[in-house]
Amino acid sequence: MTIAITTQIICFTILSLVILIGALGVVLLESIVYSAFLLGGVFMSVAGLYLLLNASFVAAAQVLVYVGAVNVLIIFAIMLVNKKEDLKPINDIKSRRIISTSICLTLLSLLIRVDMTNVWSLSSPQNSIGEESTIRIGEHLFSDYLLPFEVASVLLLMAMIGAIVLARRDVMSKDISTGLPVDQELIEKSSEPLLTNKN
Amino acid sequence: MMSLESIPIQAFLIVSSALFCIGIWGLLNSRNAVRVLMSIELMLNAVNINLMAFSSYVDNNLIQGQVFTIFVITVAAAEAAVGLAILLSLYRNRVTVDMESFNLLKW
Repeated sequence: MTIAITTQIICFTILSLVILIGALGVVLLESIVYSAFLLGGVFMSVAGLYLLLNASFVAAAQVLVYVGAVNVLIIFAIMLVNKKEDLKPINDIKSRRIISTSICLTLLSLLIRVDMTNVWSLSSPQNSIGEESTIRIGEHLFSDYLLPFEVASVLLLMAMIGAIVLARRDVMSKDISTGLPVDQELIEKSSEPLLTNKN
Repeated sequence: MMSLESIPIQAFLIVSSALFCIGIWGLLNSRNAVRVLMSIELMLNAVNINLMAFSSYVDNNLIQGQVFTIFVITVAAAEAAVGLAILLSLYRNRVTVDMESFNLLKW
């Protein structure tokens, strides 16, 4: 660790403020598009925290996977399903809000109490390996974490195939429920949705 | 004020606790299904911050927490892809993303 402690504290304060305010914006803002872009900012700030913890490889992975893939995927999904709709009002919304907020605040106070009162057995020379961490991660992945590493590759393949199967429109040439031939065209035609509320 | 030699681990833990609780609040209160998926990502990120802090402060020789974080990032990417695909097919059938109207499993 070469950065001075004052600089570290300033960076940490700024990053955690960005994370918390951004996360509040993600859950509270009206527009879902603003939420998606704020989520990208939160992911970038979390990558900054990883850099502060001397983990450059995980920070790079965070930026590549979360900002580069997950956030872009979420923005694409918003683009595909973004439709102005008037949500039906829920009659007991106020009691729901009160209950969920109190649950969250209770959990938060419990977690903070555990964080503050527990005596963590920290190892004395902190952040000793520094830039060597990438090499160490590679050694772990190819020795004692080899099986989870391979299982993760199978999981990614399964997720890819599953996502294609789920998001693809028509696999069969005939519709199972109605018996009509289905259109295989790319652009969706207006059709009666299958599961709309009848009442 | 005493001089610190590094940021205390409690600071990281408190940030991750707050982020996790914000994620839970969003998960419980959002009506848009995309926002629910975003809240899940926030919670996964909170867990990752926790793992990284412990791997740096407690286990800084064999940084196993960082390996776990890599795996969590992998699973989160897979989860986001499958979740958004499910959301798309649900939207195709119901023409809404309102969480209150997804009551197919209600008896």
